[in-house]
Amino acid sequence: MIYIQLLLSMFKIGILSFGGGYVAIPLIQKEIVELNGWITLTEFTDIITIAEMTPGPIAINAATFVGIRIAGIPGALIATFGCALPSCIIVIILAKIYYKYRHLNTMQNILAGLRPAVIAMIASSGVTIALMALFKSGININYISAGIFIIGIFLLRKYKLNPLYIMFGAGAVGIILYSLFPM
Amino acid sequence: MRKSNANEFINENKNLYATLFSSTFKISACTFGGGYVIVPLMKKRFVEELDWISETEMLDFISISQSAPGPIAVDVAIMVGYHVCGLKGAVIAGIGTILPPLIIISVISLFYKQFRDNRFVSFAMNGMLAGIAAVICNVVIDMGKPFFKNRDIFSIIIIAAVFIAVYFFKINILWIIIICAVLGIIKGTVGLKDGEKR
Repeated sequence: MIYIQLLLSMFKIGILSFGGGYVAIPLIQKEIVELNGWITLTEFTDIITIAEMTPGPIAINAATFVGIRIAGIPGALIATFGCALPSCIIVIILAKIYYKYRHLNTMQNILAGLRPAVIAMIASSGVTIALMALFKSGININYISAGIFIIGIFLLRKYKLNPLYIMFGAGAVGIILYSLFPM
Repeated sequence: MRKSNANEFINENKNLYATLFSSTFKISACTFGGGYVIVPLMKKRFVEELDWISETEMLDFISISQSAPGPIAVDVAIMVGYHVCGLKGAVIAGIGTILPPLIIISVISLFYKQFRDNRFVSFAMNGMLAGIAAVICNVVIDMGKPFFKNRDIFSIIIIAAVFIAVYFFKINILWIIIICAVLGIIKGTVGLKDGEKR
């Protein structure tokens, strides 16, 4: 039955996708394009494009999209649920461990090693996104995006603006400026 | 809203659930451009506005999410929910985070070709990407600053080394988590032997 297959496939993706969306993409591709043939490679590429243009984790977006394509709304629900369930269970277990042992020296030592590592991971993704935004059209710098980036940083550092305002403000400015000055 | 003392507790608890759900729903509906965007959004909402967690706890939650499979946005939300009101909170936060992409993708799947090819959508995305970069870089400065201010050499070396490993060498995050956890333990035990703090 398609629902059970869908659930199992997504569960597998959910449990194996350590380390962020871009690790999950090849996994999802293998599972839904190559193994099950539920969608074509072109459709899969579309899904990734759409997932990048919409909010939410790529794995969840892809799961919902595949689910709805092959089995409608129930498919979307089952696929999304299946994809999210393994990490939910594992994180709740880890949360329990964290709250039980977080005052132990060993746990504090581990966390002291992980906290700076996490900052570096976020920094790496920040740099990747910044370069993607600023040099989208190749080697030439994109002045509109560079302007948005610099003004954004300034507003955040100086006025501690809510990051949401910066993101949506940047989106609005993007619509206006890119319409006026097509690249 | 507060009618009597008897109802106050129940109301407050209900409010807590409602706030948790609406906060995670809103943040998830706005996580464009990859999972790490939730870090600045959650820091603003849960650390600064609601004061439910500290910045250190926020970093702990992200570390734990990285040690688990699944999207960081879902994992961190569950940690926050668990922190605020246990298992129930974890479930509420998890649902709050999963619902927005589920709804949005279900709707967009009806006309995704038009959506994909719409130039105003891509203009907005191009602008937003620059905004997202600013927001993430800003949160890195915020969170990294204390380590540099305290001249915490161990942490500064880890930040530099992990950045190089992830950005230039694309090393799997799971390895980095394991290595840094071991380094943390080694540093802790060596520190104890030397009779340093702790």
